[in-house]
Amino acid sequence: MAMLDIDNLHAKIEGEDGKEILKGLSLKVNPGEVHAIMGPNGSGKSTLSYILAGKDDYEVTEGSVTLNGEDLLEMEIDERAAKGVFLAFQYPIEVPGVATMTFLRSALNAQRKKRGEEEISTPDFLRLVKEKAAGLGISQDMLKRGVNVGFSGGEKKRAEILQMAILEPKIAILDETDSGLDIDALKIVSEGVNALRSPERGMIVITHYQRLLNHIVPDFVHVMHKGRIVRSGGKELALELEANGYAEYQQDAA
Amino acid sequence: MNAEIRPMRTPAEQGLSGELKNLPSSGGARIVALREAAAKAFNDNGLPHRRVEEWKYTDLRTLMREALPISSPAQSAQVEAHARLLIDTGARRIVVANGAVVPELSDLADLEPGLTVQPLATALAAGGDLIARLGTLETGRYDAALALNTALAADGVAISVAPGAVIERPIHVAHVFSGKAAASFARNLVVLGEGASLTYAESFEGPEGVAYQVNSATEFVVADEASLDLVRVQEEGANALHLSTLLFEVGKAVKLNAFTFTSGAAVTRTSLYARLNGADSAVSFNGAILLKGRQHADSTLFVDHQTTGCESRELFKHVLDDSTRGVFQGKIVVRQPAQKTDGRMMSRALLLGDDAEMDNKPELEIFADDVACGHGATCGAIDDDLLFYLRARGIPLKEAQSLLVQAFVGEAIETVANDELRDALVERAEAWLKARA
Amino acid sequence: MPAVQETVEQVRSIDVDQYKYGFFTDIESEKAPKGLDEDTVRFISAKKGEPEWLLEWRLDAFRRWQTMPEPKWARVDYPPIPYQELYYYAAPKQKAGPKSIDEIDPEILATYEKLGIPLRERDALLGIESTGGEGSGRARVAVDAVFDSVSVATTFKEELAKAGVIFMPISEAVREHPELVKKYLGSVVPVTDNFFATLNSAVFSDGSFVYIPKGVRCPMELSTYFRINERNTGQFERTLIIADEGSYVSYLEGCTAPMRDENQLHAAVVELVALADAEIKYSTVQNWYPGDSEGKGGIFNFVTKRGDCRGDRSKISWTQVETGSAITWKYPSCILRGDESQGEFYSIAISNGRQQVDSGTKMIHLGKNTSSRIISKGIAAGRSDNTYRGLVSAHRKATNARNFTNCDSLLIGDQCGAHTVPYIESKNASAHFEHEATTSKISEDQLFYCRQRGLDPEEATALIVNGFVKDVLQQLPMEFAVEAQKLISVSLEGSVG
Repeated sequence: MAMLDIDNLHAKIEGEDGKEILKGLSLKVNPGEVHAIMGPNGSGKSTLSYILAGKDDYEVTEGSVTLNGEDLLEMEIDERAAKGVFLAFQYPIEVPGVATMTFLRSALNAQRKKRGEEEISTPDFLRLVKEKAAGLGISQDMLKRGVNVGFSGGEKKRAEILQMAILEPKIAILDETDSGLDIDALKIVSEGVNALRSPERGMIVITHYQRLLNHIVPDFVHVMHKGRIVRSGGKELALELEANGYAEYQQDAA
Repeated sequence: MNAEIRPMRTPAEQGLSGELKNLPSSGGARIVALREAAAKAFNDNGLPHRRVEEWKYTDLRTLMREALPISSPAQSAQVEAHARLLIDTGARRIVVANGAVVPELSDLADLEPGLTVQPLATALAAGGDLIARLGTLETGRYDAALALNTALAADGVAISVAPGAVIERPIHVAHVFSGKAAASFARNLVVLGEGASLTYAESFEGPEGVAYQVNSATEFVVADEASLDLVRVQEEGANALHLSTLLFEVGKAVKLNAFTFTSGAAVTRTSLYARLNGADSAVSFNGAILLKGRQHADSTLFVDHQTTGCESRELFKHVLDDSTRGVFQGKIVVRQPAQKTDGRMMSRALLLGDDAEMDNKPELEIFADDVACGHGATCGAIDDDLLFYLRARGIPLKEAQSLLVQAFVGEAIETVANDELRDALVERAEAWLKARA
Repeated sequence: MPAVQETVEQVRSIDVDQYKYGFFTDIESEKAPKGLDEDTVRFISAKKGEPEWLLEWRLDAFRRWQTMPEPKWARVDYPPIPYQELYYYAAPKQKAGPKSIDEIDPEILATYEKLGIPLRERDALLGIESTGGEGSGRARVAVDAVFDSVSVATTFKEELAKAGVIFMPISEAVREHPELVKKYLGSVVPVTDNFFATLNSAVFSDGSFVYIPKGVRCPMELSTYFRINERNTGQFERTLIIADEGSYVSYLEGCTAPMRDENQLHAAVVELVALADAEIKYSTVQNWYPGDSEGKGGIFNFVTKRGDCRGDRSKISWTQVETGSAITWKYPSCILRGDESQGEFYSIAISNGRQQVDSGTKMIHLGKNTSSRIISKGIAAGRSDNTYRGLVSAHRKATNARNFTNCDSLLIGDQCGAHTVPYIESKNASAHFEHEATTSKISEDQLFYCRQRGLDPEEATALIVNGFVKDVLQQLPMEFAVEAQKLISVSLEGSVG
């Protein structure tokens, strides 16, 4: 049994005449695997990440998603997080007035509590953050500022990876993590992600461009188009897409 | 000990009550009843004073010293000489002098298909569907200016645009006062059918040196998906008292853009009441108010969001020279069903005169949670740094001020869509600045 | 900063409709006869052993009060207050005034202990037990505790006296420092200022008096805890703080009351006087009983608070966290009389259930180069109404007056209302005023983000709200900030979902 098992997932935008966005998507992710999902704009990549995280704006009409055999779609957003689902947002949200430090600690302890674990002690927490932040080039000053408030694009993405490092998810979904990053920032973020690859953890890396996959080398590459995975392969598939673009798939659409 | 003590009736109140004994009799039973109810409301409540919250800064009891006799018809030659505002804009012009339409100066022929324009007096005499709309927009809350207008106005302009009719040529109703000091009352009705479109302008002017009084009210019924652009220019003579009320009823998916320019009259009160009871409409109410000497002008707005998804924008700019007083009161109400309301209101004032005064009261009253509303208000002198910069480049002080003031009011005037009308407004603002320099 | 878990635990530890401070202390008390007439005023004055001038002052106020109508302009709706059914004086029964802490009724001491307020100096010497996380130092705070109508204990009196600071019940100050009381009482809030202030002037029973001498920086925070205990009792305390030239004081005020089905009236007056170069920082955490979720019971809080920046370069700063009371009617204000004087108002007002809040401030700019700043954060939940009402005015001579105002409202749920009613009046061209206000709901995106990281809806809301009010919380002394933060989460209990 796969750790994350998405089977024939259909979903539409909530509401009566909501547009169907996912049209029978299937994907299995095992621990230790990194899957890249590529595809043209509007193919439903971000929708998939929101549905896995449990955003309200979508309605699943058919299919199933399980995490270690449990029905993920039945769970509340925060319950999914506690079970190990982490979404690195394409556009991380600003939470003014709430220091990043406070936010991280609140999130970590909320998850631990839901799992019946002990809360982390203050010194342990500070040590943990200090260690992980240093690797990502995140200053103490940034940690004191409001969550994502006044952060540059690159800082926001690094902060997302820091959160991932501290929350230690089972399945991490990285939604267009490379968007808005220059080459140096891309390197830092990729190194951060690579450091978090582990035999216990699965990752889904959503990206439009192959560029990110030079740094985070996937085990599998999937091409998503019109709400489904239309092609799967190894990392070489990404290079092929880089060379030929998505034209082939867009022609299908015409 | 909590009994409200009715203050002594002022001479103006007594005089007005006298006028209210002889109400116009046209328009049929409903209109007559409306007039009587309005007269009774005035007799019961009188003129507002500073303890009446909506008139806090415009104490009409003090500012309106006397009631004047109701004006008699004006001589058309005099009127023609006086009517200068917005004349070169290409608009279809209807002239209302001393509260009555002057047919020989009005362009009532060759109306576009779907357009009806007639004197209100004619419409009242005929009765019918259009008159059935008259007086239906009143808020139910006592407003002295509106009550007097409802009771005493016998003429004005009644316009209707049939559903779907798009009237390209703007209509301009030129209100002119002429003759000896008197009080004139005009009532206008503008009804837009579904999907109709109209640009409507009102202007007000009169002689300098005559302490006349003008009380105007216009009701706008804007049906679903209709589009209305309104432009108002008020340049009454410097001794005049000008009271006007604009009432809007807005259906769904309406586009409404209203702009008022005020530089005339000793005392001005402009009240705007907008009821948004159709979803997804976008309305804006903007204004530029330029005052000098001892002028007093009050713009009071009440935008009532009753249903979902509407957007309202207000931008008012005051330029206050000498010992003038500007008042802006704007209230956005968002009722419980009006989710997804987007309301923004901004009032900015430039105080040029050392004894100028600005009173701002932007208000939000919100009962729906899924909204994004805000308001802002600023007042102060012209930015010294900017002035210094311009002067350092060799521009004399007054001219530098003029440039900055022009830019300041320009932001509001920009919102007028019709090119000719916008140009005319820019020209009026420039004329004001020139007169100052 | 303490983690949000603490606040959430606090929420969990109580049921909906449970007000932590809602217990009643069973002690014998002495009351004036029910109702209000000149004899009641004489009774109170006699009980306090007051001089003739003060009795006359009170009687004058009472006579004026009888001719005044109750103000109706605020956006609050409440049944008529039965002024003749209230007790205007209630005091815990004691032989004489307590000479030392040990003479205080142990029940009262226990009450304050339950409230977390140390009265015993040996406790107080250790400082208020800090509930904060890392970094919150232990500060010493001198406390004056007012129980119903009288001050029951004041701590650290001796140490304060060494610095020349006078901190005592106002009834005592009338006897010991009559010249100061006579000079300043009613000089900021005149006897006839408004209906509730005039009532207070007639019947005020106790409150705190503070005088900071020239050039003295008060060596510790001063604090008063107000507690209404008796049934059917109005509380009318009067606080007078004078900061003489070049002095500084930070003053904290906390309020609680038992849960009762009937409404109780609280009509206090606070007067602050800052002379040249003096600074007063006044912080309030108001947590009077708000009534139950159906609007039954709760305190009617009609309070007049005003500071007079009488001297040049003086400064008065109000910070308030308003979470309690069925009705809040309160506008802590600053009269910026001295040149270059400064006024500040920082406010968090939270309403839930059926609470009605109408609160704000007035900044009256009279002097040259005066400046003021207003930051107001209103949060409405449940079926409550929350109104900000404020006035900023510059008079003709207030050259270069400056004001910045920011009012933000947050709505939680679709049955509540948030309103903003600012009056901005400038009579001086060189004055520069800026006002901005927004109303919105908690962003769905923020909630989703927080929940994706593992916070449940209530935790996420508490966290976001605490972020929303942070600018104001930062103005509070550390101990109060921690208390206030918890209070905010508790107040919002039951508002999510």
